[in-house]
Amino acid sequence: MVEVATQQPNTREWLAFVLVWGSAVLVTATFCWLLGDIIWHGLSHLSWIFLTAPPENAGRRGGIGPILVSTFLILGVCLAVSLPIGIGTAVLLVEFTSDHSLFGRLTRRSLDVLAGVPSIVFGLFGNAFFCKTLGLGFSILSGGLTLACMVLPILIRSTEEGFRAVPSNYRLSAAALGLSRTTTLFHLLLPAAVPGLLVGLVLGVGRAIAETAALIFTSGYVDRMPESLLDSGRALSIHIFDLSMNVSGGDANAYASALVLIILLLIINGTVSWLATYGLHRKIVTV
Amino acid sequence: MTSSSSNTLSRWSTDDLLCWLLRGMAMIASTIVMLIVTFLIVEALPVLRHVGVLRFFTDPSWHPAEGFYNLTPMLWGTLFAMAGSVLIATPLGILSAVFCQYYAPTRLARPYRRLIELLAGIPSVVYGFWGLVVLVPLIGEIHPPGPSLLAGILVLTIMILPTIALMADASLANVPQQYVRGAAALGLPRWAMIRGVVFPAAKSGLFTGVILETGRAIGETMAILMVCGNVVQTPSNLFDPIRTLTANIALEMAYALGDHRAALFMSGLVLMALIIALTISAEWISRGRIYG
Repeated sequence: MVEVATQQPNTREWLAFVLVWGSAVLVTATFCWLLGDIIWHGLSHLSWIFLTAPPENAGRRGGIGPILVSTFLILGVCLAVSLPIGIGTAVLLVEFTSDHSLFGRLTRRSLDVLAGVPSIVFGLFGNAFFCKTLGLGFSILSGGLTLACMVLPILIRSTEEGFRAVPSNYRLSAAALGLSRTTTLFHLLLPAAVPGLLVGLVLGVGRAIAETAALIFTSGYVDRMPESLLDSGRALSIHIFDLSMNVSGGDANAYASALVLIILLLIINGTVSWLATYGLHRKIVTV
Repeated sequence: MTSSSSNTLSRWSTDDLLCWLLRGMAMIASTIVMLIVTFLIVEALPVLRHVGVLRFFTDPSWHPAEGFYNLTPMLWGTLFAMAGSVLIATPLGILSAVFCQYYAPTRLARPYRRLIELLAGIPSVVYGFWGLVVLVPLIGEIHPPGPSLLAGILVLTIMILPTIALMADASLANVPQQYVRGAAALGLPRWAMIRGVVFPAAKSGLFTGVILETGRAIGETMAILMVCGNVVQTPSNLFDPIRTLTANIALEMAYALGDHRAALFMSGLVLMALIIALTISAEWISRGRIYG
C-alpha cells in the first residue's frame, strides 16, 4: 500500500481507468464488427425461399431446407438420448447420494473431465464407436449420439442446480407424510426443479447446434433431404464450413447460413436469460 | 425407519427400481469418459506398436503415406496459437470483468455482461468464417499470405475471451463485501483497491479461468482450421501459416487409413492428456481458494 501511495496514485489510477474502459470498448467494438458484418452481408440473402429450398450447385445457389431438417433431426436425437440420462444422473447425484460418497465424487470428476474434452476428440470417438463399432455409419443417429455425450455435463450441472434450489422442507414434509421417494420425486421435486432443467436444456441445445468438429466424421456431409435417421445429414454449421472453405463463390450463402445460425442462437440465449431472471427466482411459494 | 419397514412391499420395489434405474443412467454418464479414452487408445494402438512413441518426435517430417509421423510442427503450432491467444485474452478478459464489477455504471454493466454471454454462445465456425473473410484479407495486405499464426491467435483470442471474462466476473463478485468496504474505508483509490485487495482475494478463481480458457484454446478446431493456412511447419514468425494438432485431425481424418488413421487417434490422445492435466490442475488450484 505504501508503494501505491508513493508512486503518484493519480497517474496510476488514471492509467487503470483508461485501460479498463479501453478493453471494454475494444471487446464491444469487435463484437459489433463481427455481428454487423454477418448481418450486413447475410440479411440480403435471407428469405423464406432460402430457408426452404434445397441447395443447388454445391450450395452456391438455392437454400438450406434439407440442412435445417438434418440439423433439427440431429438435435432431436441428441436430446432424446441426453435428457433422460442427464436428468437421471442429476437426480441421483442430488437426491440419492451424499456429496462425499465415492460414487458421487467419481461421477462428478468424470463429468468435469468430459466437459473439457475438445470437440474434435468427440468426433474421433463418435467415428470409432458409433460409426464403426456399432455399425451406424455416417448418419444422423451417430451425429446425434456423439452430441449427446457432449452436452451431458452441461445438462447435468444445470439440472443439479435446479434440484438444489428446491427447499429441503419439501423433502422433509414428503417424508413425514410417508410418501415414497418415487412419488416425492415425480410429484414434488421434479415440477419444482423445472426452471433449472429448462436452463440446462436450452444451454445444451445452444452447444449442440453450434457444434461442427464433432459432426464432420459422424453425421457427414451429404446435403440431400434425409429419409431416415440412418442417412447422412449435413448440419448447418458444417454447411457454413464447407461453403467457406471448399466451395469458391459460396460466401454469400455462407453469410446467410451464418446469420440463420446466429438468429437461432440468439433465440436460445434470450430464452436462457428470460428463464434465469423470471423462472429461477420465482420459486414455488413455501408455506 | 420403523415406519418405512412397515410400508407395503410394492412401494419398496418401486423405490428400489427407481434407484437402480438412476444408478444405471449415472453409470452411463460417468463411463463415457472411460469409453472415449479406451477407444482412443485402442484405435491408436497399431501405430504405437509399429512406430513407437519416439518417432512421433524424431521423424524427419509428417508424411503418413510414406511412414513419417513427426507431430512436433503441429505441437508447436498448437502451443504458439494457445500461448499467443491466452496472453492477449487474459488481461483483456480480466479487465472486462473489472469493468463490469467496479467501473461500469449499473446501467452499462448488465448489457455488457449480456454481450459477453452472447459472444460465448457464438459458434466457432462463425468466428472462423468471419476470420476468413475479414481478418485474413486484412493481414494479407500487411504481410502476405493472409492465413497465418497471427490470424489464428486473433480469432482464438476473441473465442476464449468470454470464458475468462465470465469466470473472472463470477470470482470478483464472490469477493466478500467487507474486504471491499474495508479498503474503501482506508481511503484507497479504486485501482489500488482492486490490485491490492480484490485480485489477491479472487486469485484462485482467476487462475481457474485462465486454465479453462487454455483448455478451450488447445481444443479449438474449426476456427483455427479456417484461418491458419494449415501448412505443416514450425512457424518462424507471426505471419507464417501453421497447422495445429486439432486441425490436422479434422483435415486428414476423412481419407486416413491404417497407421495414418491410428496416428490421428494418437494425436487425439495427446490432446486428451493435455485436457485431463489441465482439469486436474484447475481442481487443485480451486481447492486453495481464500473465500468460501
